[in-house]
Amino acid sequence: MARSAQVRHAVRNLIWLGVIIGLLIAGTGAGVLFSGASWAPKLALDLQGGTQIVLTPQVNDAAVTEEQLKQAVAIIRQRVDASGVSEAEINTQGSNNVVVSIPGTPDKETLARIEASAKLDFRPVLTTSGPTNEVINPDGTSSIVDPSSVDPNLPSTPTISPSNGSDINWVTPALAAQYQAFSCASEDNQEASAAPADLPLITCDPGNTVKYLLGPVEVDGSDISDASAGVITTQTGASTGQWAVDIVFNAVGTKKFAETTTRLVGLTGAQNQFAIVLDGRVISAPSTQSAITNGKPQISGGFTQESAKTLADQLKYGALPIGFQVESSESISATLGSTQLLSGLIAGAIGLALVIVYSLIQYRTLGFVTILSLVMAAVITYFCITILSAQEGFRLSLSGVVGLIVAIGITADSFIVYFERVRDELREGRSLETAVDSGWSRAVRTILVSGAVNFLAALVLFILAVGNVRGFALTLGLATIVDIVVVMLFTHPLLQLLSRRNFFAAGHSLSGLNPASLNAVYQGRGRFRVASGTGIKETKIKSASREAAKRQTIAERKAALEAGERGED
Amino acid sequence: MASFGQFGNDLYSGARSFRFVGLRRWWYLVSIVLVLVSILGPLARGGFQVDKAFNFGIEFTGGSEFTVSNVADPSQSIASEAVASVEPQMVPKVTIVGGNSVRVQTEQMTNQLTNEVAAALAVGYGVPETQVTSSFIGATWGADITTQALRALIVFLILAGIVLALYFRTWKMSLVAIIALIHDVIITAGIYGISGFEVTPGAVIGLLTILGYSLYDTVVVFDKIRENTTGQTRDASLTYGQQVNLAVNQTLVRSLNTTVVGALPVAAILFIGAFVLGAGTLRDISLALLVGIVVGTYSTSFLAAPLYAGMRMREPAIKKNDERLLEMQEKAKERVVA
Repeated sequence: MARSAQVRHAVRNLIWLGVIIGLLIAGTGAGVLFSGASWAPKLALDLQGGTQIVLTPQVNDAAVTEEQLKQAVAIIRQRVDASGVSEAEINTQGSNNVVVSIPGTPDKETLARIEASAKLDFRPVLTTSGPTNEVINPDGTSSIVDPSSVDPNLPSTPTISPSNGSDINWVTPALAAQYQAFSCASEDNQEASAAPADLPLITCDPGNTVKYLLGPVEVDGSDISDASAGVITTQTGASTGQWAVDIVFNAVGTKKFAETTTRLVGLTGAQNQFAIVLDGRVISAPSTQSAITNGKPQISGGFTQESAKTLADQLKYGALPIGFQVESSESISATLGSTQLLSGLIAGAIGLALVIVYSLIQYRTLGFVTILSLVMAAVITYFCITILSAQEGFRLSLSGVVGLIVAIGITADSFIVYFERVRDELREGRSLETAVDSGWSRAVRTILVSGAVNFLAALVLFILAVGNVRGFALTLGLATIVDIVVVMLFTHPLLQLLSRRNFFAAGHSLSGLNPASLNAVYQGRGRFRVASGTGIKETKIKSASREAAKRQTIAERKAALEAGERGED
Repeated sequence: MASFGQFGNDLYSGARSFRFVGLRRWWYLVSIVLVLVSILGPLARGGFQVDKAFNFGIEFTGGSEFTVSNVADPSQSIASEAVASVEPQMVPKVTIVGGNSVRVQTEQMTNQLTNEVAAALAVGYGVPETQVTSSFIGATWGADITTQALRALIVFLILAGIVLALYFRTWKMSLVAIIALIHDVIITAGIYGISGFEVTPGAVIGLLTILGYSLYDTVVVFDKIRENTTGQTRDASLTYGQQVNLAVNQTLVRSLNTTVVGALPVAAILFIGAFVLGAGTLRDISLALLVGIVVGTYSTSFLAAPLYAGMRMREPAIKKNDERLLEMQEKAKERVVA
């Protein structure tokens, strides 16, 4: 009953393949219906064009060094990469611009992700108040303090040297006056982001509702080793649905943060608060309930899922050495004409046609199994790419198209390995059914281990590399998985079923698995078996045996002789 | 194709056998010469200056950028022709920005050339020269991408080496596989240096593809060697070298078929890319792939397998056994002759 079990197994595998293809098509279809995706994959910059964003440094007083610009390009690239595999191009232009070219039209979030400096500081709060420079006079009226009325001669160095960041001695008469005269509405926050780290800072929250006077920086963003977006949970573990950014400090950051929070716990009022300052703005100023000594604080502050993820990515890859602003954002055309893509596709089609001709010559009818398998691989790859394109922002560039065409050619290798193993088994004198099964059990090892090596390459490159290399890694990984899926769920089951058909089992000369032309009855080492049940005529077997005997190697004849001799002794 | 089928049968049975292992010192010599040519060739073409050995594209080196604004007809071909009229060898990257400006990126030019190209562009698009601005642009494939990619590669090679050593249960196979891989990459890269084809990000991606392919091909053949030297199909009357040689011969039909099937589409792309379209992305990528596929298969049979056999044959246990087997084979031969 093994036979029918194998048939059932083969049929089950083919059904699984059908289910996979069905799901892929349904997935793509769902994307088209519900989220405006397309039936075709999106194309990369070189084939479709996109948007060119020119960024200029925000701070013009200090000259931008080449080193800073290079660093900015590297950080922006990591941030763009973190949002998907889009094969963006980022480079410098002239002596102080950065040009980011991305496919498609960027939304506000993408622009924010690129241009924000993301310099994160933790400062203790000294005092807070309303956002204006209005003061309530003793008689109950209010008046505006004009910033220009601040007496420049007020002492600006603390008379008693402050012992820590929360020390109220930081507030000199000059600072107090400046604070009073400071209005969130009029303030130039761009200055705040470049404020010195070792001095107090006057700033506001992003909505301009609270004015803060902050102590010097206690811990800064460069001590962050990792950041991720997550949902805030209550003590019982229930989700609150609010998004936050979870930070992990390195050893130095953990120590500094623990010291600072330990100190703040003992203070009251505004001084108990800890301000988290992003690009000069207080995004959150929680009060300190307990000392955080594990180096894993959580930042909350009215995040959406998107903005929490953006901030986490920005913190993870570090702050830009300089802030940028978008100078221009314009659409750009493709650099390669449509003729290039078309020529590539035509060339690929010609190449695949040649592959088909070659497989038919080499494997006769069996060549059709190769061709059908390649078609299956192509269909699955196409839909996977389309789904990746819709979900992960994957874009197909011209080199990507060439890579896929080549990958399909290399996919054919698993079929070749498999067919050759089956032929080897036939040469050993097995019937086709057994040859298919034992050939498969040997071929599948080879296919899996070589696939594993390719997949390892794809995985390592995808995790560690940046830019175009990640796009390549994705294609390679995809091609490898598709290859293994097709050979296991299509080629092998199909061959199992076909091997039970008379045309193949009887070894028709056009089947590509003709035992006679494979010297099938030859058993090696000078032993010959008269095959039975293979459906081959007796005369044919005899002639093949004689043929095989003639074709013994010298070593085999010797071995046979020796065996004979040993028998005599 | 009966003859090809028979060829396969003979290779399988050992009736016909190519001496991959026996002539290994010759194959080593061929590989050494190929590698030396691939290293010295590019250097010679670049006048023995390391930085000129390869013709890196502007994605790596940065270059000059021209912007022609407010043109009436933003056609890409006008810019290509204008640049070609000044410097026929140059293939610019032309992009239309915002519908009525043209961005032209070229290799870095001298000031004089920059002025000439700017003038040619102004004439081509029929605008005053003041509407053509030029500046320098940095690399889009910066040092950061290269560093990260190299780091990833080294991690991959170490991991792959460990995985293969565990799978094959001998570190010698994984060492040899990686030597063959380096051999393939050097030769493929050398072709770029010698031909002077532009090294674009696409070409580098092609080189990475080859890296994967080379290792893949070696693993397939080594799996057969593993079977022949340790598995069920082991023939105890053959010496170690003979076992390895038989395995390579038995997988030769597979190697030939795989090379043809893998190379045909690439050859088609290279042909169309180089002869129909001229210089461009298609030509630059497919060259790496074609050379790499052929060299990758070659090195498996002619370098990796013989090198592996050579290493194992020095092991005392195998050496002793081989001597005994050779003696027996010699005796048997005498008897057959007698």
